[in-house]
Amino acid sequence: MADEIILLDLWASMLGMRVRVALAEKGLKYEYREQDLRNKSPLLLEMNPVHKKIPVLIHNGKPICESLIIVQYIDEVWYNKSPLLPSDPYQRAQARFWADYTDKLYELGRQLWLTKGEEQETAKKGFMECLKLLEGELGDKPYFGGQNFGFLDVALVTFSCWFFAYESFGNFSVEAECPKLVAWSKRCMEKESVSSSLEDPLKIHGFVIMMRKELGVE
Amino acid sequence: MGEEVKLFRTWSSSFALRIVWALKIKGIEYETVFEDLSNKSPLLLQYNPVHKKVPILVHNGRPIAESLVILEYIDETWKQAPLLPKDPYERAMARFWAKFGDDKVLTSIWSVFIKQGKEQEEALVATMENLKFLEEEMKGKKFFGGERIGYVDLALGYLANLISIFEEIVGLKIVDEEKLPLLYSWMQDFAEAPIIRDNWPPREKMIVKFQALLDAAIASSSSSS
Repeated sequence: MADEIILLDLWASMLGMRVRVALAEKGLKYEYREQDLRNKSPLLLEMNPVHKKIPVLIHNGKPICESLIIVQYIDEVWYNKSPLLPSDPYQRAQARFWADYTDKLYELGRQLWLTKGEEQETAKKGFMECLKLLEGELGDKPYFGGQNFGFLDVALVTFSCWFFAYESFGNFSVEAECPKLVAWSKRCMEKESVSSSLEDPLKIHGFVIMMRKELGVE
Repeated sequence: MGEEVKLFRTWSSSFALRIVWALKIKGIEYETVFEDLSNKSPLLLQYNPVHKKVPILVHNGRPIAESLVILEYIDETWKQAPLLPKDPYERAMARFWAKFGDDKVLTSIWSVFIKQGKEQEEALVATMENLKFLEEEMKGKKFFGGERIGYVDLALGYLANLISIFEEIVGLKIVDEEKLPLLYSWMQDFAEAPIIRDNWPPREKMIVKFQALLDAAIASSSSSS
């Protein structure tokens, strides 16, 4: 019996992209359904009544919510292809710890393009501190997962297509401060699962311009 | 076999309690290191440089931080008395509810406690909405883990104690037996369960601590207006 996999998502969401990367890593076929968050579909409200957010994975009719929880679920169900979490419990704990840490980038990044002046400076500082810590964690490894692309790589790499937008509105350069991280993101982009799942940074930039207009930021 | 397990905690940390319960449920011998968060030890800063918080589990010299991450580590390392279910879907649900507890439930309950007037009223409404989801999740179960205490019970368990402390200090009912009967029962059953009931922090000390936090919050909000 074939698995039925549906992904409720928003094209620009770096959190939704995490799920797309994971599904691609496992070579899974799925139906992508773009959501309009200003006009939430009955399916979204039924499948994620608690948060009413994307991404939501629907596997054989059953919903899973929260991007990192979805990625772990995918890794556990389809465990015999491209494992994302390591097998050693200590390494798994480190991967989970740092993956949770990357979630901070979401809110900090939002503040970067939503605010101005002192608020924006604070967000920028926080954002760069996070990236620097993550760069430290990468060290000289090719991937956060070591020799292989893994869970933490999935968690963080999707933010890289947002870097250009963050840099434009925050007036800074990620590459200047974290060159190893940028090199790592380019290395990840050489993987089909990543390049086919991440969005064009220019399109993301356009998306942020549109969001700022909508939210009255100028 | 030389297993060395240390838990860095404070006497009152709700998150550290999760780890105390997990270790005891699994019958794991460990050493407790109490921290004073106003004067953090060099070891704490070395073991958790990112967040500088407790709890930290140190197993054979290797530190793990963040209580939910620690719970999964414990469950994967010591297989007796499993905390998480085996089925991937049920595991995803368990992780979801634990995260919901930390992200939404705790925040709204804290606001009910620390805020006044209209803000408190709004926090109560938000709390009720959040708790209704948990009430729904309890249908047909004694514990969130089913017949036995599991990962979600340990993640949410501190509420069984903290909510009654907040209710006493603030004089407001948060978990009304009539409105949230399943959650109310769960709070009683969990609080009285073996191991759990022996490890609550001293109630009087908790009341003093949280009353002081509330007094300070009220003082600073009235002086800034």
